[in-house]
Amino acid sequence: MGRYVLRRMLQLVPVFIGATFLIYVLVWALPGDPFAAKCGDRPCPDAYITAMRERFNLDDSVFVQYGKYLLGLLQGDFGETFSGIQVSELIANAYPVTLKLALVALVIEAVIGLTAGVVTGLRPGGYLDNLVLVSTLFLIAIPVFVTGFVLQVTLGLRWGIIDPTVSAQADFSELIVPGFVLGSLSMAYVTRLARTSISENRRSDYVRTAVAKGLRPRRVVGVHLLRNSAIPVITFLGVDLGALMGGAIVTEGIFNIRGIGGLVYRSILTKEGATVTGVVVLLVIVYLLMNLLVDVLYAVLDPRIRYD
Amino acid sequence: MRSRRVATWLAVSTTVVVTAGACGGSGDGAGGSGSDRSDATISIYVTEPENPLVPGNSTEAGGGRVLEALFTGLVEYDPRTGEPRNAVAESIETTDSKIYTITLNDGWTFHDGTPVTAKSFADAWNYTAYSPNGQQSASFFTQIQGFDQVNTQDPDGSDGPQQAPQPAAKEMSGLKVIDDRTLEVTLAEPFSVFPTQLGYSAFAPLPEAFFADQAAFEANPIGNGPFRFVSRQPSVNILVERYENYAGAVKPSVRAVEMRVYASSEAAYQDVVAGNLDFMEVIPPSALAGRLFETDLPGRSASETYLGIQTVSFPVYDPRFQNPDLRKAISMAIDREAVNQQIFDGLKPPADGYVAPGVPGRVPNQCGELCTHQPERAKQMFDATGFQGPIELTSNVDAGNQEWMQAVCTTISNALARECNFVPVPAFGEFRTAINAHEMTAIYRSGWVADYPSIENFLNPQYRTGGSSNDGLYSNPAVDATLAQADAAPSVEQGNALYQEAERMALADMPAIPVYFQSVQSGWSERLDNVIVDPFRRLDLFSVTVS
Repeated sequence: MGRYVLRRMLQLVPVFIGATFLIYVLVWALPGDPFAAKCGDRPCPDAYITAMRERFNLDDSVFVQYGKYLLGLLQGDFGETFSGIQVSELIANAYPVTLKLALVALVIEAVIGLTAGVVTGLRPGGYLDNLVLVSTLFLIAIPVFVTGFVLQVTLGLRWGIIDPTVSAQADFSELIVPGFVLGSLSMAYVTRLARTSISENRRSDYVRTAVAKGLRPRRVVGVHLLRNSAIPVITFLGVDLGALMGGAIVTEGIFNIRGIGGLVYRSILTKEGATVTGVVVLLVIVYLLMNLLVDVLYAVLDPRIRYD
Repeated sequence: MRSRRVATWLAVSTTVVVTAGACGGSGDGAGGSGSDRSDATISIYVTEPENPLVPGNSTEAGGGRVLEALFTGLVEYDPRTGEPRNAVAESIETTDSKIYTITLNDGWTFHDGTPVTAKSFADAWNYTAYSPNGQQSASFFTQIQGFDQVNTQDPDGSDGPQQAPQPAAKEMSGLKVIDDRTLEVTLAEPFSVFPTQLGYSAFAPLPEAFFADQAAFEANPIGNGPFRFVSRQPSVNILVERYENYAGAVKPSVRAVEMRVYASSEAAYQDVVAGNLDFMEVIPPSALAGRLFETDLPGRSASETYLGIQTVSFPVYDPRFQNPDLRKAISMAIDREAVNQQIFDGLKPPADGYVAPGVPGRVPNQCGELCTHQPERAKQMFDATGFQGPIELTSNVDAGNQEWMQAVCTTISNALARECNFVPVPAFGEFRTAINAHEMTAIYRSGWVADYPSIENFLNPQYRTGGSSNDGLYSNPAVDATLAQADAAPSVEQGNALYQEAERMALADMPAIPVYFQSVQSGWSERLDNVIVDPFRRLDLFSVTVS
């Protein structure tokens, strides 16, 4: 196991370099000059553009620019935005918020999704099963921004239960509704996955054996059935956590959450190459680590799986 | 009948007393009684500043909000009328509109305690104008004598391999510091609007601390305005608080202002409705539709025009658009009132000239029938030009311009019986790049928001040959000559008459079609009183009070 993890960690290095380079080139290749829109409805003075290009190495070829950027990055320097703010500071402010939101969303989708999946999987075809089927279909069919606006307006404005937006501190309690909005789609998927998996495995040999051995139903379901049925759900949740940590542009926008999604979105619009690359690099690493974690979890859940 | 009149008279007199009381209160603040000073902190909507918080290097709205609170220039603008009045300046005198003697008021200090002197202004202006410093607002100093010595042009533009030559001088010869309180400014050519210009943020003074350590200044800006900088958390907020030694005649009532950054105006709007945010001046389209904001915020919203106009411009450098009759025909084909009613719920009045309402020096209806909807005449004129192919309109669509541009296109198409296509450009940066490079092949959206309230600011930059924002490369020697004459006029009034004449001449060529006047819809929370939105669509921080 240790060697497997080490090997996977080493694989991160080329992926890291490749991903940063690709992102850097992509931002660089965006149409339009980053300073063309800086001065409103008039062109910026040439002297201003020249000075800014010099400061941000924009006159070099893209390879030299990338080299300089990577050199800084290795020394822990994420660069700065055009308004002179350290990118590391922006990330340090935004990332904890995104992390909290991702966790809240993940917990909501895992708890509600798994429960609904298990309950319906054990009694397929019943009234509850049909109800859950319809509600998951409903959730999947509605875009996130609709769920977001509807909850914001009804809970926040009409009933006054929550604040319509999240404060800068972004406490967990404030993030419940945004987390629900963000996790609602995945919650539906988790439910469907868990339901299928449970109802399939219910008919499998080892469950029949367990029941025949005279084990109590709680133990059959809780240990034997659930553990085996969790694998596809864990895979899905792992990938989803990676995606959630990449920030949620729409949900963050609706509830004014100062997370990483909005930061990337704004930086792309203003062609802030340093910010985009810095954030995305971090996301790539997080995503890779999440996948590694999921792979390790497989081995824990299923003793038949061995790495080494 | 009689009793009703008495009632009216009483009502009027009560209003006067109330207003006078309010003014007196503010005036007392200067005397130090501070009876109407509150300890309240209000929160207002801003967007994240895109540039460092240096007055000469920031021209966009987000940073402008902050700088406006931190700095006070030689003159300031009346929040209701936009008329300039002296602030740091005690007097600005000239006999020939060329040499200005500016005397400063006593007692003004920067937030670090150092005095505001004539040198603070001269140093700041020289710094901004000096081209190796690469400041955004350098072009505002073109009128000052010696500008060409400190600001050199890159011979092949910023894209070319050549570098701009090192300027011969570091300071403009037209700026003379006579003593601590006297500054003499000599302009290259007479320019009657110069005193009005002085309220623009590029003309703000800078303390010595700026020149000592610029990075420290950017992290902690030091101004001389009514509010001083307290803290900033990027993409969260900027906090400023009342500067107790502010030397202005009127002092703000609120103790502090939190300028809160919102990623979207929709989220900010929900906060205003819920009472979590005190003021915002850009109510989002979702709340404008059907005038929803008026029911969401009963008695707590305002809609008014400000110093901005929306136009669509012709790339006059493109041979296809060089016939003025074609441009006029398209102007008359646009049904402005229909666009206003259908798209804007009647909130954005059709434009009847190049100058926005409320600008000193403006006269209404300069465009005449050229800006009215006359489909038959337009079609006749258009057919005579022999224009080939479909008409194309283009705009960036990242800031909600698609709907009205498409509507304009439809009305043109209906009137001229010619296909009209709207070509969207995803981002403003991409759109501006094509405009700056003079590579436009379609009629493009253009807009103008005044830097300072004067008819001059709507004309010189846009319609004069070589103007800083004359992107369509329109050129008419007669217009240039009239504008030059207006600049040199001995008084503002005489200048304005000439500017109006130049406006009519430019409109007769129609290098840009006026479409509508910009309007601002602002909303505020229940705690705010005395809300005035100034002509720059900013909340007047001096008059606002908290109940």
